[in-house]
Amino acid sequence: MSATPTPLTAMITPSAPPPDCATYERAGGWQATRKALKTLAPADVIDIVTRSKLRGRGGAGFGTGQKWSFVPKELASERRKYLIANADEMEPGTFKDRWLLEGNPLQLVEGMILAAYAIQAGHGIIFLRGEYHLPRKRLTQAISEAREKGWLGDNILGSGFSFDIHLHSSGGRYICGEETALLTALEGRRATPRSKPPFPQFSGLWGASSVVNNVETLSNLPHIIANGPEWFISLGTGPDSGTKLYGVSGRVRKPGAWELPIGTPLRQIIEDYAGGMLPGYKLRALLPGGASTAFLDEAALDVAMDYGSVEKAGSRLGTGMAIVLDDRTCPVGMILNLEHFFAQESCGWCTPCRDGLPWVERLLSAIEEGSGETEDIEQLARHARMLGTPGRTFCAHAPGAMAPLASGLKLFADDFSAHISHHGCPLRHAA
Amino acid sequence: MITFQLDGQSCSTRTDINLLQACLEAGANLPYFCWHPELGSVGACRQCAVKQFSGPEDKTGRIVMACMTPATEGALISIDDAEAKEFREGVIEWMMVNHPHDCPVCPEGGECHLQDMTVMAGHNTRRYRFTKRTHRNQDLGPFIKHEMNRCIACYRCVRFYRDYAGGDDLAVLGAHDNVYFGRAEDGTLENAFSGNLVELCPTGVFTDKPFSETYTRKWDLRGAPSVCVHCAVGCNTFVNAREEKVRRLLNRYNDEVNRYVLCDRGRFGHGFVNAASRLNTPLCLSDEQPTPVPTQAAMAQFARMAASGPIAGIASSRASLETCFSLRSLVDPDLFSTGQTQQEQTCTELAYALLRDHPGAIPTLHEMESADAVLILGEDASATAPRLALAVRQSGRQNAFLAADAAKVPRWMDAAVRTIGSETLSSLFVVSPAPTDLDGIARDAIRAVPDNAARLGFAIWHELDPTAPTVPDLKETEAEQANRIATVLAAAKKPLVVSGMQYGSIALMQAAAGIARALTRNTSEAGLSLVLPDCNSMGLAMMGGAPLETIIARAKAGAIGTLIIIENDLTRRLDPPEIVDLLEAVPNIVLIDHTATPLWQNANLVLPAATFSEDTGTLISQEGRAQRFFPAVFPPAPIQASWRWVQDLARALPSKQGTPASPASTNLSEWKNLDEVIADLGKELPVFAKIINAAPDASYRLNGQKLRSQTYRASGRTVIRSYISVRDQPPPTNSDTPFSSSMEGAYRTDMPAALVPHLHAPAWNSVQALNRFQQEIGGPLRGGEAGIRLFSSATAEGKDSVQPSSAPDIPPPFIPQPDTVLLLPEARLFGGEELSMFSPPLAARAPPPDLRLPTSAALQPRMTLHLKGYGPKTLPVRHLAGLPDGVALCPPHMVAAAFRFPQIVRLTPDPAEGEGEGEGEGEET
Repeated sequence: MSATPTPLTAMITPSAPPPDCATYERAGGWQATRKALKTLAPADVIDIVTRSKLRGRGGAGFGTGQKWSFVPKELASERRKYLIANADEMEPGTFKDRWLLEGNPLQLVEGMILAAYAIQAGHGIIFLRGEYHLPRKRLTQAISEAREKGWLGDNILGSGFSFDIHLHSSGGRYICGEETALLTALEGRRATPRSKPPFPQFSGLWGASSVVNNVETLSNLPHIIANGPEWFISLGTGPDSGTKLYGVSGRVRKPGAWELPIGTPLRQIIEDYAGGMLPGYKLRALLPGGASTAFLDEAALDVAMDYGSVEKAGSRLGTGMAIVLDDRTCPVGMILNLEHFFAQESCGWCTPCRDGLPWVERLLSAIEEGSGETEDIEQLARHARMLGTPGRTFCAHAPGAMAPLASGLKLFADDFSAHISHHGCPLRHAA
Repeated sequence: MITFQLDGQSCSTRTDINLLQACLEAGANLPYFCWHPELGSVGACRQCAVKQFSGPEDKTGRIVMACMTPATEGALISIDDAEAKEFREGVIEWMMVNHPHDCPVCPEGGECHLQDMTVMAGHNTRRYRFTKRTHRNQDLGPFIKHEMNRCIACYRCVRFYRDYAGGDDLAVLGAHDNVYFGRAEDGTLENAFSGNLVELCPTGVFTDKPFSETYTRKWDLRGAPSVCVHCAVGCNTFVNAREEKVRRLLNRYNDEVNRYVLCDRGRFGHGFVNAASRLNTPLCLSDEQPTPVPTQAAMAQFARMAASGPIAGIASSRASLETCFSLRSLVDPDLFSTGQTQQEQTCTELAYALLRDHPGAIPTLHEMESADAVLILGEDASATAPRLALAVRQSGRQNAFLAADAAKVPRWMDAAVRTIGSETLSSLFVVSPAPTDLDGIARDAIRAVPDNAARLGFAIWHELDPTAPTVPDLKETEAEQANRIATVLAAAKKPLVVSGMQYGSIALMQAAAGIARALTRNTSEAGLSLVLPDCNSMGLAMMGGAPLETIIARAKAGAIGTLIIIENDLTRRLDPPEIVDLLEAVPNIVLIDHTATPLWQNANLVLPAATFSEDTGTLISQEGRAQRFFPAVFPPAPIQASWRWVQDLARALPSKQGTPASPASTNLSEWKNLDEVIADLGKELPVFAKIINAAPDASYRLNGQKLRSQTYRASGRTVIRSYISVRDQPPPTNSDTPFSSSMEGAYRTDMPAALVPHLHAPAWNSVQALNRFQQEIGGPLRGGEAGIRLFSSATAEGKDSVQPSSAPDIPPPFIPQPDTVLLLPEARLFGGEELSMFSPPLAARAPPPDLRLPTSAALQPRMTLHLKGYGPKTLPVRHLAGLPDGVALCPPHMVAAAFRFPQIVRLTPDPAEGEGEGEGEGEET
């Protein structure tokens, strides 16, 4: 792999089919697999990835090497283990994994081989969002080609390590992206999250040791193994290492996604890459990393988009895919839209989430429709408080849902009271 | 023991439990829904939130779910913390968002856990101002009423139904606030334990359908501790009655027996008590017609009968010990029959002998749950002893528990344990002719006819103990099976062998006992359990008496003038020709029963007996547990306990004749109450000496008072009869029990366990008040043990030296014959014993009889069985996958006598075939 500044997307040509095995190999693909399977012990791979400080790109930002380190150390031949790629990209406003899945599926395959080798998993599964039809086609092709060429299957490169990948298209629920619900769904049961312990590394899919990694996380591995952790660290601009797929949606000139050094300031992403706001629109606020992150306003635009800085600014890096709210779109309506999604996607397992989120949605709907009451604001705030703290609900779904609400209630307090006093949305009336 | 701080108070508690249990055991009121002591913790409802502080300096703390948090030494916990309180109140408020305000018309009202928890959590004002979501309800069959709008989605129902009881036709469907707990489509809930949903559901989603037909409130029900009469397991029940009618049965917790769960046969089988088939007046045969007569006339009639010759008595395995003993005291000992056929009696007596002499454990149901290897040899316990089969089902989780232990995940962390153990195998082996409900969790389910099953059993015994007899002509596959099963059993710390007399085979029980005995060389905890057919089969085996065949022989010899039959439907035990012989040979038949069984019209005198819900008595379960049942209903005269009728008969005898053979210690005519019967029984038959301790006697007083059998909230005593008379009637009394029939009297959570009439504690109106009656959750009751074991896991002296009296006969291998079939009794959940089919909801669940043949057999839609003594019987025929070749299966009681099996019979195509009959008969594979 050549050491480019945009390793994840270097091989991707827009509107062109993804590289096949030969093209992938010519561009530096499979080097890392050769290196790992022939010269590195599984523990060495874990060590390299740990030293690279790669953090999970699904949103939680947990250290990838650290996550792997909890996996029991037996060889793949001695213990059934699973490596699962979380390709259930269902976060509203987030479309980064799709880019990688459509553009370079072999990169994910190689990343999975490396991760599986590191944790000595003999079975790989890609859990793919149900609506991702093109990625499904391309992954199917990539997997079968890799299998044909001997990159998947028994005794890869004569190393004694065997690994194959099964592609699973999801039935389609947001909660399936939660790693334990994903496992339950794979088992053919209701996608209800599981309590930890046991952690999936110890007892995951069908009770076996399992690791779930995000597509972007896995796609980084071939480059880290090929070019070393120091190179990877050098890609980042702040405390974090590597590149990150960032994106912007909303009323900007050029909505899209870009691979940039992790830690690139938000302002630069929006102004330089997304081309700034559309004429006639002003930026009011944004969700920096998907629907389940808290709003930041213009004052926070200079925040560096790394895990720590965004958290310090009061939100989360999340998926790194920002949704921009402009000055002519109703913030209450936007939050209603988000909360409708979260209420619908609650799995129904725990009470606060199951019955609290629909209540929130109805309050917002009433406010937006003009039948809001002053006490409704207090009710919304109560829900934001009661559901917002992790540990009160069974999983992170409700706290995620409360992030835009809690921050929105503060940032857009005037809009909320205007809705109530004007019996409806002032923006809609104005329009 | 560990110590933790609960709102500043220091509390001691057990290790290995969660904070919710610890708080409840400390006496705190902490609301909860999804947690259940038998189902463990899953953290779904979020109701039991408490504040946990990391140390004395931590002033903010952290909200944790008590059910998901282990109780640890020094933990600082607050229930009263304002934030925790607010959260708990919020959880109830969320649950109430869609809950209808139909408490006044809801069958659950007044004993609703959701009501209790709402009050406990402090939610009292509705702030949700939008529409509620509504659901369509389903018809779930004759037992369970479904009202999904009341659902608060605690997930208990599906966890119990699927995870605990192995059912698969109840599921959670839908998502978010539209989750739906029901079946894929309307239809009867098929699991044998569906009735428990009534008690497990914290509100009124699943309610008792027969009970709901006439609305009543818990506080208006009289309660009595009782014992199930529908099999030999001896589950404890509460009988609830109002207006002198039994309204329902509830589970009565006995930590060693049924714990939190009853089977549907037990819960809904009580219908015979109120059925039209009840006998309620003495009847004399006049012009061949049973004609009501006053009691005095009936007694005079009996006195005349007694003059015509010796009196013989036939007791019953469904009658109380006291009733059987009274009959035994009335008649000549030679003329006292247990009411069982020779085959049945040989089996029950053998079972008693094998259990009594077993050097290892006679496990209780609760002990069976922790067996780490189980062999079920030739018994479909899921039909003959359903609650026992459910206990065995739980034992299938032992390997998962061990995996959880290794992962340091507490066993009560239910979902986690199931994840960890999701691919662990059970160590259960089922050997039976027909499929059983337990096959699905068995490591191996082997189909074998009873003789071959016994041979496999003997082979396992031989594997474990080379000095045991060798099985001749053993096939190689059987030898391999024997070796595999023996290896697993031998490696177990707490192995269990279950067998029984479903197929009337003594070889099966001998083989099972042999295996269990051999296993005691590895571990003294090696258990043996033998399933008997009826609620007092064991009591009769211990009492002894002649089999029915002896009585028939004596009758034919003209040696019986009057035959008294008590609570026994002889048509279930004797072939029709034998019945005819008996009726012809005996001049006078006296029938004492509560239910009109087929013989009643042939009896010269019929006396109406009280049922289990109307009198008191003692039953001995198959594990040797003597348990007493008490009356919830005071039946109108002349209905009375069978033993009192026997006493009346004794008093009616001409004084000269007296009770000549009655032993000196028995004062049959003098007994004033049940305690005197029991005292005499203990003197006469020392094996029963301990049953006096099965429950406190009639003179027992708590706080100087009798025990009240109604709740203190009972309403309407003075108005309920006002349409007849406005005068207040004195409450009925009963000299056999320490209960008052009203709400006056003592009641405490530490009252004797055998005498708890219903469950209620301050702030706890639902059955979950049980927490307050337990020494520790899931442990013994504060009032001690209910009932008493007459033999048990005793390390009884000298047991080890008892060797089987004679070498067992190993049957030859069964060889299928071309022109005959081996007819075996099909075990059925409903209707297997005498009484349950008289209960309308159960009768509605029993499919009509049919004949099952192996898939290899040529099948006609209807075929004719040629049974000895019956003539041809034509039945619809269906295939049953897995049934061994040369075998046919049918429910015996619907076709022939229960214990004339196995029988080799001829099977021919239905002669009427071809005349348009049998269209559309299904085939099951």
